[in-house]
Amino acid sequence: MTDLITPQVAHADDGHHQEEHHGATGILKWMTSTDHKVIGLSYTVTSVVMLIIGGLFAEIIRAQLASPNGTIVSLAQYNELFTMHGSVMIYLFAGPFAFGGLANIIVPMQIGAPDMAFPRLNALSYWLYLMGSLTMLMGFFTAGGAANFGWVAYAPLSNSINTPGAGADLWIGGLLLTGFSAIFTGVNLTATIFYLRAPGMTMFRMPIFTWNMLVTAILILLAFPVLTAGLIMLYCDRHFGTHIYSVAGGGVPVLWQHIFWFWGHPEVYILALPFFGIATEIIAVFSKKPVFGYKSMVFATLTIGALSLGVWAHHMFTTGVVLLPFFSIMSLLIAVPTGIKIFNWIGTMWRGELWFSTAMLMALGFLFTFLIGGLTGVYLASPPLDFFTHDTYFVVAHFHSIVMALVLAGMGGLYYWGPKFTGYMLNEKFGKIQFWFLFIGTQVFTFPQYLLGLDGMPRRIPIYPHSPQWKSLNDWSTFGAILVGVSMIVFVVNVGYSWKRYPAGDNPWDAQTLEWFTTSPPPHHNFYRLPQIRSERPTWDYNHPEHRSLAHGAGGTGTHHEPPLANAIVGMLEHDQDHDA
Amino acid sequence: MRVEAKILLGLGAFFGIMCAVYWNWSLENAGGVMMFAGMLLCFLPGSYYYWWSRRMKARPEDDPQATQSEGAGVVGSFPGSSIFPFTLGMGAFFVVLALVFGIWFLVPGLGLAAWAVLGATAEGRRGGHV
Repeated sequence: MTDLITPQVAHADDGHHQEEHHGATGILKWMTSTDHKVIGLSYTVTSVVMLIIGGLFAEIIRAQLASPNGTIVSLAQYNELFTMHGSVMIYLFAGPFAFGGLANIIVPMQIGAPDMAFPRLNALSYWLYLMGSLTMLMGFFTAGGAANFGWVAYAPLSNSINTPGAGADLWIGGLLLTGFSAIFTGVNLTATIFYLRAPGMTMFRMPIFTWNMLVTAILILLAFPVLTAGLIMLYCDRHFGTHIYSVAGGGVPVLWQHIFWFWGHPEVYILALPFFGIATEIIAVFSKKPVFGYKSMVFATLTIGALSLGVWAHHMFTTGVVLLPFFSIMSLLIAVPTGIKIFNWIGTMWRGELWFSTAMLMALGFLFTFLIGGLTGVYLASPPLDFFTHDTYFVVAHFHSIVMALVLAGMGGLYYWGPKFTGYMLNEKFGKIQFWFLFIGTQVFTFPQYLLGLDGMPRRIPIYPHSPQWKSLNDWSTFGAILVGVSMIVFVVNVGYSWKRYPAGDNPWDAQTLEWFTTSPPPHHNFYRLPQIRSERPTWDYNHPEHRSLAHGAGGTGTHHEPPLANAIVGMLEHDQDHDA
Repeated sequence: MRVEAKILLGLGAFFGIMCAVYWNWSLENAGGVMMFAGMLLCFLPGSYYYWWSRRMKARPEDDPQATQSEGAGVVGSFPGSSIFPFTLGMGAFFVVLALVFGIWFLVPGLGLAAWAVLGATAEGRRGGHV
């Protein structure tokens, strides 16, 4: 228990090295740092700025839709706005916030590593992401305006005849850069998790957040190269006269949809899994309990990852050229591991000592909102229902429930881990105000959209027929969007108000995982010392020797009751782990 | 190491089965090819890890009973701060701008990229920053 040792890190030229770490400050430090915490913080700040930019687009869209004949923007501007709203939120906020921001900072600390495996590659990822974001947004300053073919860029709408101009090319170029940035981050996370764990930190002692980031990283490596290849082919179609996506030259337009969604559906889980991990950590810590069903949680994550590569064409049911039963079955199957996760989250809270901090409220808000989004997703996996609701506001409401759940979990992550990487807490009162605005706003803006969708309102339309019912539902939706906007303002005010005001201490939440063992903010290379690791919550074991966690696979009737199938599969893997040792 | 190998091999096997089912059932090529490639992408590192896991001594991080002192020594060699990721990033940015605004952007783009590659290599040769 008292086995503490300082990990040593090789520095060939110590004098020079010291000078470099402590010499460069300000913008030069930001530009040259290879420290995963500095890079992760840059990622986090940049992606929150992108969230605010994308949110502004959303508010303009909702203002336009508040009346049937809105005149706030022109029809062309409306196309640019919904395209860039989707692109900024999906490509530039949700993914990079999770796997570039929080994961970059937290994963090495959770497994006791001094840094990411490839620190300079990590820095390159950030610069590619930042420049890719700027490239994509640069479209607004070109003569033809930004890209306006929807965030999915379906062929043949995205070819050079239907969408001429620099905005679309900048969109493609920006995506190429951010795509490579994501691939490099995936490589980095996988290598870090496989090779830089602390002694005793076996795979089945990694925190659930790290597990989820491992599966996310593998999904990135499987999915993103497909998108990059697809984008290069799209560029060739636009400029070099190839006919890969055009019927005229013998190409197949629907191929773009296959390629796009073969990336796009794993991307949904690349976005979602990190936030599942954040919610799991928060719920366990603020219930003062270990994660319920740790192994089944890992099993569920792996299953979601595996299934996510076989469901892409459920976005394409109405094209009429895909195999409906296959994709329907696979999509419905994903509800099973997701259900296991929700069951485990409730099990973690069950008879726990709940502490309703802002982070916990955000995680509970995530649970509720994600459940609604997930259940409507099950409807959409059924072809007859999908034919009825395809391209209506029902789909819009479904995925906004999901992504707003992710925003709730992400905000929870900032309140939970912010004290660790900045050294200062955020104000809880402002935090709770922000939560209620965000949570209520989310429900108020998505629920009317479900009704609108069932009533047949198509997505991506700037004006709609006069009808008292549609008008009032759209008004409610706009009102909800304003509440969400207010919550973001409260967040920004909170960051300003709490700036260096409440020093956090090493472990303000009495948390369980290894990142809370070091100082806040952590030193360069993270740890002065490490505790002995005997379970998935080493910090808790160190701080509460009288309530030590039971080791997995150590026999006895532990607190873990796993479903039999998950138990069998994970037991097989654990058998090898014991065999290794 | 063996757990890591099994995870990748398991995912690869799953994609292989899915690929066989899908390709035979749908006769649609794009998805079949992509799932086949996904299977290979899992098998390649997975089989490498598996091959090594049968030959190497278990690492301290694979040993449930490891003490921290077993991990003592050199963890790895981490580079200090470096300007070259930034330089390479800017190079890539200008190369992408060349796709949109004109071929002449390739001159600063490839120039910065070449500088970054040479500079990072030289920085590594000087020692410490590898």
